[in-house]
Amino acid sequence: MEALIRLTGITRFFGQFCAVRNLSLELMPGEILGLLGPNGAGKSTTMRILSGCLRASQGSVEVNGFDLFKEPLLAKRSIGYLPETPPLYPELTVDEYLGFCARLRAVKRSETVAALDRAKSLCGLEKTGSRLIRNLSKGFQQRVGIAQAIIHNPRVIILDEPTNGLDPNQIIEIRQLIRTLGERHGVILSTHILPEVQSVCDRVLILKNGRLVYTEYLVQMNDSENNAVRIRLDQSSEEAAVADLEGVAGVTALGNNRFSIRLDTGCSIPALVKQIVQRDWGLLELVSEHQNLEQIFYRLTTTEENDS
Amino acid sequence: MLAIFGKELRSLFLSPLAWSLMTTVQLVLAWLFLVQLEQYLQIQPKLAGLENGPGVSALVVAPLLDSAAVAFMLLAPLLTMGMFSRESGNGTLDLLFSSPVSMTAIVLGKYFAVLSVLSVMLILVALMPFSLLLGTRPDMGSLAAALIALALASAAYTAVGTWISSMTQQPAVAAVSSYALLLLLWIIDLTGSGEVSSLLQQISLSSHFQRMLSGLVSTADIAYFILLTAATLILSIHRLEHLREQT
Repeated sequence: MEALIRLTGITRFFGQFCAVRNLSLELMPGEILGLLGPNGAGKSTTMRILSGCLRASQGSVEVNGFDLFKEPLLAKRSIGYLPETPPLYPELTVDEYLGFCARLRAVKRSETVAALDRAKSLCGLEKTGSRLIRNLSKGFQQRVGIAQAIIHNPRVIILDEPTNGLDPNQIIEIRQLIRTLGERHGVILSTHILPEVQSVCDRVLILKNGRLVYTEYLVQMNDSENNAVRIRLDQSSEEAAVADLEGVAGVTALGNNRFSIRLDTGCSIPALVKQIVQRDWGLLELVSEHQNLEQIFYRLTTTEENDS
Repeated sequence: MLAIFGKELRSLFLSPLAWSLMTTVQLVLAWLFLVQLEQYLQIQPKLAGLENGPGVSALVVAPLLDSAAVAFMLLAPLLTMGMFSRESGNGTLDLLFSSPVSMTAIVLGKYFAVLSVLSVMLILVALMPFSLLLGTRPDMGSLAAALIALALASAAYTAVGTWISSMTQQPAVAAVSSYALLLLLWIIDLTGSGEVSSLLQQISLSSHFQRMLSGLVSTADIAYFILLTAATLILSIHRLEHLREQT
């Protein structure tokens, strides 16, 4: 399958400061890609380069088969972009604004009304068409921002922190909307809310200091490392005794009768529990220690700055 | 380009700014027109005795359009100031940049929108000298020359304002800087005589404008306005391209 977006060796300098360094990535149709990273990691810069708002110092971007820097007008037809702050004109009504965006994105005049209706119904804006954008709440303004990004039915949708400033109900709605969009389009979204990535994305990329430090499919990530548990015992026992249990590959004592146990691939957690109970060690606590996104994120983004 | 033109025009007329500017200019110029007309009527019997004496075109129309040129110079920056500065402040520039439109289309769309507002004003101002047709016969040739001069000057003002607006994020700074540049171009010929002075006359807005106002339409003067307009518009396009490299 042909990639919708192919980023090759993108580097971007702001003066001496390097915001993105040698970044390469691909986005497939029907894929939702989550871009994660601490503040200043280069997420927004990457998205602005992808959308054509910013030129890269080096490297190339291909969108739907067109080079973004050499054939910008053709490439940009396939892009819908929501910047960090939604690009709204407060003096226009929602309909006027979306109509302008449709014409800007080369939607045919005869199809404009249908495009407007589709975008508005997807974003829940059916009843706000004649209202001034200035008078809308922050959440609705954000929805209008998303509506302008999908008005021309683009193959690639780039969303920079789409749930920023929304209330919890709206966040759930927007996540559902993103999942719906992800069925037919390629979506790249950036966020610093980790559960959002887990609930919405197919694949996660973590950026740090402008470099790609992690990339993994979420399904695989959840599977790969769930063979570790952390236990707390009532009885004091030796590390060696725990290590003698059947199916245990390694043990680390954490103090206060707490141990972190890595299991052999063949060993299940219930089997381990059975052994502990048989030995009457007084199991107080057992936590599956599969490495979640939060831990990966924390580990990758707080390590020493040795790559500058 | 048409999409941007239409949207800009709508935004300009939705804001009270364009309306209030048009009202103010119309009131001021109408007052000046009436004063000039009154004075002309007082001295008209004496002029009638002169052979080849100045007529209504030289004494009423020319001063009116001269004032209009200065008024438009003060007003054009107010219309152009938000053109790009407000967009980059609001973050809406990203909407334009991520859309399949060229920089040239963005600049020209916005430029012609502001120019349309100025054209409406130009027509309103032109109605005053044309109203003289009710009682007398002004020199239509020199009136046409003066109106062309005012149109060309408006085009140049707007282009300069467009360029300055693309260079800052703050509308007020854009307005003040545009004034500064336009006023400088207007008064730069107010020096003594000599070689330098004749060079300054060549780059001055007012010397070219005054020549056309007096009814003298020369290619050099028209070329000056067109060159100034084209140059600043090209600079605006380059400035926007540069904005993508820089920010």
